Amino acid sequence: MSIPTPTPEADCQQALQQRVQTAYAQRQPQPLCIIGGDSKAFYGREAVGEPLHAGAHCGVLDYDPSELVITARAGTRMHAVQQLLAAEQQMLGFEPPRFSATTTVGGAVAAGLSGPRRPYAGAVRDFVLGVKIINGKGEVMRFGGQVMKNVAGFDIARLMVGAMGTLGVLLEVSLRVMPQPQAETTCRFAHRQPQQAIALFNQLAARPLPLSAAAWSDGTTRLRWSGNQAAVRNAVQSIGGEEESDAAGRAFWRQLRDHDLPFFGGEQPLLRYAVRAGTEVEVEVEPRKTNANADTNANAAQLLDWGGAQRWLRGAINLDELRKIAAAHGGHVTHFRHGDRQGEVFQSLSAPLHALHRRLKRAFDPAGILNPSRLYADL
Amino acid sequence: MARRLRKFLPRDAVIAQPEALRVYECDGLSAYRQLPKLVILPRTVAQVQQVMRVCNELRVPVVSRGAGTGLSGGALPHADGIVLSLANMNALLQIDAVHRTARVQPGIRNLAVSEAVKHLGLFYAPDPSSQIACTIGGNVAENAGGVHCLKYGLTVHNILSLTIVTIDGELLTLGGGLDAPGYDLLALLIGSEGMLGVVVEVTLKLLPLPQSVQVLLAAFDTVEKAADSVAALIADGIIAAGLEMMDNPAIRAAEDFTQAGYPRAAAALLLCELDGIPQQVAAEVAVARRIFQQHGAVEIRVARDEHERARFWSGRKNAFPAVGRITPDYYCIDGTIPRKAVGAVLRQIARWSDEYGLPVANVFHAGDGNLHPLILYDANQPGALQKTEQLGGEILRLCLAVGGTITGEHGVGVEKVGEMCVQFNDHERAQMHAVREAFDPKRLLNPGKAIPTLARCAEYNAMHVHRGATRFAEIERL
Ligand SMILES: Cc1cc2nc3c(=O)[nH]c(=O)nc-3n(C[C@H](O)[C@H](O)[C@H](O)COP(=O)(O)OP(=O)(O)OC[C@H]3O[C@@H](n4cnc5c(N)ncnc54)[C@H](O)[C@@H]3O)c2cc1C
Repeated sequence: MSIPTPTPEADCQQALQQRVQTAYAQRQPQPLCIIGGDSKAFYGREAVGEPLHAGAHCGVLDYDPSELVITARAGTRMHAVQQLLAAEQQMLGFEPPRFSATTTVGGAVAAGLSGPRRPYAGAVRDFVLGVKIINGKGEVMRFGGQVMKNVAGFDIARLMVGAMGTLGVLLEVSLRVMPQPQAETTCRFAHRQPQQAIALFNQLAARPLPLSAAAWSDGTTRLRWSGNQAAVRNAVQSIGGEEESDAAGRAFWRQLRDHDLPFFGGEQPLLRYAVRAGTEVEVEVEPRKTNANADTNANAAQLLDWGGAQRWLRGAINLDELRKIAAAHGGHVTHFRHGDRQGEVFQSLSAPLHALHRRLKRAFDPAGILNPSRLYADL
Repeated sequence: MARRLRKFLPRDAVIAQPEALRVYECDGLSAYRQLPKLVILPRTVAQVQQVMRVCNELRVPVVSRGAGTGLSGGALPHADGIVLSLANMNALLQIDAVHRTARVQPGIRNLAVSEAVKHLGLFYAPDPSSQIACTIGGNVAENAGGVHCLKYGLTVHNILSLTIVTIDGELLTLGGGLDAPGYDLLALLIGSEGMLGVVVEVTLKLLPLPQSVQVLLAAFDTVEKAADSVAALIADGIIAAGLEMMDNPAIRAAEDFTQAGYPRAAAALLLCELDGIPQQVAAEVAVARRIFQQHGAVEIRVARDEHERARFWSGRKNAFPAVGRITPDYYCIDGTIPRKAVGAVLRQIARWSDEYGLPVANVFHAGDGNLHPLILYDANQPGALQKTEQLGGEILRLCLAVGGTITGEHGVGVEKVGEMCVQFNDHERAQMHAVREAFDPKRLLNPGKAIPTLARCAEYNAMHVHRGATRFAEIERL
């Protein structure tokens, strides 16, 4: 067992709280742009306001492997947390993306993004047990806790996940952790068409198999099996495919998780189309005509993750049209990266739901100073 | 009011006669009783919307109700309000076997879902012990757990979307798929005890039935050894499907009632269920057996067949009624604590049990540190209930002192509003009220439950905090 390097420690709660209190108290309340590791500056609508560096507030506060819980200050680097867990053969089940080495725990929770394991192990919100936040009035509050089961009061801890910092500045987060699987194997299948991948995903969905990731890109479907040695062997044998080396398998899922695959390169808008896994409707994706070097294969403009429930699209796509299709199938489209960051990047909500979002925003941040308009223009 | 409602509701959907109202005067926490003005039993979503519009207009409090098995008084009626029973909206609307989902109405019984999808090789994981009776709507409102939630999660981990009717009669769909745009209102609604909206439709996640299931029974001569072996098992990377513990009073009560074959002299008993594919289960059983041995188990048995597995579980599953047989009344507490505190907390509870002269039996979800001390008392003895509640309060404050929570799965309801003043400060409670008002500005949904007012806490704290702050000096350092 390697001894992990201790994570840096700094308690900046008071300074952060004072900044929020001051911003709130001004006659012209001053918007604050909350920054963790600055690894997701590209995400959400264009940020406005004075930078508030929450990433400085860092350090692991409590970790006892037999409790399956870790509590860290929000500015703690994600890779430091993952190293600490790995030394105990544990991990974060939602496989958080690390778009850069500086990704913080708070940023991961605020953005609410999960990696390839999400459909099988759960999303960020499924692992959040408690938070400590500063609301828009500069009040420090705790919700949830460090235990698995907790129904005391509203679940405001989970409400913070994916709120993009619009409801509070995260100070601390308690996350449930999982044991690392004993064994992990990736198998590949040559599938020219995404439909073939979706057919396989659907066929696997209802079976008790230790699937932990399922993706299709560039003519190849990959399945990752994780768990007990015997269970993984059993799955590999019964489902087949060509086994990848450990290194190649790991590299692929890491690159997919962190958007390091060639698919994610370049400056073309990247769209995230979230839909019910088995949806057969095909989105008409134009080849990447605008990019001279691009693969002329239309398939290169589409990548499927999460067993088909998360589809990444690039190319000349009519966003409004796609959003209509998505809505009809109970899905939604996020304008994830690049392109116009001043329009709505998240799919719009029904009028009553949007009005409720505004009332909730006011309940946490009456002066509208926390990451205003990062999620929706008027939140 | 009744006249307004009868305009659009069938005769039998509006109950106003005192005799018929009596059925609804309490939930599973029968120490609290109150007759409502009316009970309404809608059959359609549109009817729920209409009822809400009328209540909102006339400012009438609304208490939603499923099966009334709640143990915290969450469904206790309001004297000036209506009870909105969802019991007649109990249809299973759609099963999607490929995507493993079921769309149901809120009044469907928890067990009915798993029964309906069994032939497809699927099940709905959260399985509260009350699952024969309790409803999915009630489960959503309480974020119910069960013996399998260590591995499969709580209600919040197994719901994909909800449709709710708000106090102004608006229909909102929350969640959907693996995520949805905007705030995670699905998570916020789950466990909100009927205070943010009425749940009228739920999409549940179903799981494939495991191929193989095995149960170990391990007996220990101290509670600490049992607790330590739970921690060791988890540290070893084994997430059991169920990991339940009983102490000696509970073992004896259960054995006398069910003849499950439990060793009556044991200080603690663990039931450890492992599931998955057969090879994996076999490997894990071997590890669990070794860990229990290393921690000094005096007896370890592995169920030889399905029949014996059911028998092992029968004692645990009937533990509440078994305890009910040996005492006129019992009071169930629901705190959750970090697993490492289990031994110390149980020891302290035993000391208080002597001090108060009230026997306590412990049956609980050891895997996730969710305690259910059952305090045995006789409600006919003057002052016994008050003394019992006092002891219950002490136990809950102890759970908080060791880093836990006052309720793991039964909810705050009317029962634990006082302890909410200890768990949360004024800002935190004010924030919860503000969230509530974003949904329900007139505070008509389940008023008086779950989140105490400032005044209520001032009163409570004057009575308790002084003692609470000084009593657990030796345990706090855990
Ligand atoms: C013997 C016994 C064992 C138990 N074991 C467990 C256990 O293992 N795990 C566990 O978690 N609980 C357990 N419970 C507690 C109880 O069964 C659960 O809290 C259950 O979820 C309540 O469901 P219900 O339908 O009876 O809800 P009710 O008691 O009718 O209502 C509970 C709360 O939900 C609200 N509500 C109900 N329906 C709706 C709706 N459609 N929309 C909005 N709000 C609604 C009510 O207003 C109330 O606040 C047990 C209870 C008993 C009696």
